[in-house]
Amino acid sequence: MTDTQNEMAAIVAEQAERLFAGAVSRERLEAADGGPFDTQLWTEVQQMGLPLALLAETEGGIGLALGQAFGLARRAAAHALQLPLGETMIVAALTSTPAEAPATLALAKDDGALPSVAWGGDAAQVLVADAQGWQLVDAADVSTSERRNLAGEPRCDLTRVAEQGRSVAVPDWLSADTDSPVEALRAVGALLRSVQISGALGRAVELAVRHATERQQFGRPLSKFQAIQHMLAVATEESAAVWAVSDAAAEGWGRPGFVLRAAMAKSRAGLATGRVAAIVHQIHAAMGFTREHELHFTTRRLFSWREEFGSDALWDEWIGRRVCAAGGAALWPQLVASTTAHATGEDAA
Amino acid sequence: MQQFEFTGAVLPPAAEAARGSIRAFLAEEVAAARFQPHRCTWSSFDSGFSQRLGAAGFIGITWPEEYGGQSASSLTRFVITEEILAAGSPCGAHWIADRQSGPQILRHGSERAKREILPRIARGECYFGIGMSEPGAGSDLAAVRTRAEKVEGGWSISGQKIWTTNAHHVHYMIVLARTGERGESRHEGLTQFVVDMQTPGIEVRGIRDMAGNHEFNEVFFDNCFVPDDMVLGAEGDGWALVTGELAFERSGPDRFLSDYQLLVGLIDAVGPAPDRLQAVEIGRMVAELASLRRMSTSIAGMLGRGEQPVVPAAIVKDLGTGFEQALPEVARRLVDCEPSLGAEGPFAEALAETVLRAPSFSLRGGTREILRSMIARGIGLR
Ligand SMILES: Cc1cc2nc3c(=O)[nH]c(=O)nc-3n(C[C@H](O)[C@H](O)[C@H](O)COP(=O)(O)OP(=O)(O)OC[C@H]3O[C@@H](n4cnc5c(N)ncnc54)[C@H](O)[C@@H]3O)c2cc1C
Repeated sequence: MTDTQNEMAAIVAEQAERLFAGAVSRERLEAADGGPFDTQLWTEVQQMGLPLALLAETEGGIGLALGQAFGLARRAAAHALQLPLGETMIVAALTSTPAEAPATLALAKDDGALPSVAWGGDAAQVLVADAQGWQLVDAADVSTSERRNLAGEPRCDLTRVAEQGRSVAVPDWLSADTDSPVEALRAVGALLRSVQISGALGRAVELAVRHATERQQFGRPLSKFQAIQHMLAVATEESAAVWAVSDAAAEGWGRPGFVLRAAMAKSRAGLATGRVAAIVHQIHAAMGFTREHELHFTTRRLFSWREEFGSDALWDEWIGRRVCAAGGAALWPQLVASTTAHATGEDAA
Repeated sequence: MQQFEFTGAVLPPAAEAARGSIRAFLAEEVAAARFQPHRCTWSSFDSGFSQRLGAAGFIGITWPEEYGGQSASSLTRFVITEEILAAGSPCGAHWIADRQSGPQILRHGSERAKREILPRIARGECYFGIGMSEPGAGSDLAAVRTRAEKVEGGWSISGQKIWTTNAHHVHYMIVLARTGERGESRHEGLTQFVVDMQTPGIEVRGIRDMAGNHEFNEVFFDNCFVPDDMVLGAEGDGWALVTGELAFERSGPDRFLSDYQLLVGLIDAVGPAPDRLQAVEIGRMVAELASLRRMSTSIAGMLGRGEQPVVPAAIVKDLGTGFEQALPEVARRLVDCEPSLGAEGPFAEALAETVLRAPSFSLRGGTREILRSMIARGIGLR
């Protein structure tokens, strides 16, 4: 990364933050919750070039460093952005095309079914993974049956109605790790969700800290009670752990070894979600249990995201089987390799 | 969004080169059957191991050459440390000296202290104890009552320390003593001293821990003389100094790797074809460990930049000791094996060692509760 690129990334991050902070209002979140796609907000996101963050400059993207590009997805998640920004970023990068219309990822079951596809009814294109490989499919070539996740975000069951689709090569760095195209794309999605979970956890802790300082009982703010302080300390630790391990996974993009990094991130994120959500709800008490309070925009997303692209249990098992098959002595070098930071400037992709 | 970020530290080529050499050294130790990995870690005192390690150039490496060091980076030291721990080597003899006492002397000691002591630590020949806790001063460390009175050419220490790990083996202790009034902050009037254990007026009495081991001790001081040039920092600076020392003490990978070999043993006991429960539980522990290792490299990076990552270190220590304590709990549910210190095999032994040590993980170096309160202050709640 050169200084100019870093400056550019900082500007993009700042502009995005301003957009999310201003535009992702309570009213709009409420409207999108079980409601229609926020086309106007997508246009604003698109005008800022955010969907192209991960695509290389030479391919028509803005080519941010990995940490910076996934940092945008994290930021968006912290605001509970009700759009498939991360999915679109990823599809653009994996297909090497500067397409800015909403896009998404779909994992086929053995019988060909494409269940629970994020924004499957709103995406212009779907990157489909099945046992044969990956294909980029136009919206016109799928039929949609709409469902919602716990956060009211669209999750649609898709059915392909035509055979058309542009075949997309699974990149070498992914096929080096797994010969299953579905598993490869699941790992990509798992990285995205763990980065989003990290942002949402940070947000949840921030809200709880704020509530604890503002709410008074027994003549003092909740934050003065040691029990509350320690709960928030634990929540801070958990969130920090997910930030760290999802950073490691984002860095792994474009290199062999990515799937393990993504698996560890999704596993840790799922574990932390349960712990943090319990704490922040306990601290917000009855107020946080209402539809009125904003906390649920974050925690309902957390409860959904931790299940998507493989739950923590699925990835735990995946890691556990690999680790056991390799034997105890192989773990340490593997652990070192999959958590050591890669130098920026050495970014692959 | 997130108050404490753990940005990844890139390991320089020198650090990766050091990984190769320390691995080779440890492999040779194991090949020569000089230690049993499943029993050993930083609470195993083995001066022979420490001397060989020192002779091979793996101790005190961040210190300047003139004091026996190699001016290596914190990241290189981090790599050596984590490899020593992961290998389950008996590194307890020099551990405290390398981790905190040496750095403390380098920062705050007199020229004589640096010249006489640091090279010996680096050779693996000189060991230290931590003289902080007292019967009436555990978590509330500022309540220490051991006193040092000014005398001709130095100080005279009287009082008692307790829980002093290795006091019966070590050459020196760094003692926190009261040299003046507590003041309103309660943190005034404290000073740290480098005390030679050969000095007349010191009595060490062992305390057996619940596992039956003799590791910690009571130490009594009766008019024990310490020369002026064995004072650390200035008189009255002790609180700031001890806080800095604790930051060294808490910041390393020893706070989540002390029973790493149990995880290795668990994986081997389960074998290459785990059932689903075993795979899920082991996978989860590995993912937790991955996040800890990542955070720990980040702290090494902060230390390397000259920062004092007090709160980040508290975060990793609390998460890390929680992990270490969970490990035997998970292991015993996955493998049908009664922990035993007898001859039932290495896994039963590792499990027994860990079950019996685990309660101490979240006590020593600052209790879980104290760490959480520090973190709470860090996020603005206190
Ligand atoms: C194996 C081992 C080795 C050790 N080695 C050394 C050594 O080499 N040198 C040395 O100086 N010390 C050593 N220690 C001592 C260690 O630092 C102390 O045990 C620790 O600081 C706690 O002090 P305490 O045991 O007196 O417990 P206490 O301070 O009495 O605490 C008892 C309980 O109360 C809790 N508590 C105390 N204060 C608060 C508070 N304000 N808020 C909430 N909870 C609170 C604690 O967290 C703990 O759970 C060692 C301890 C062990 C177990």
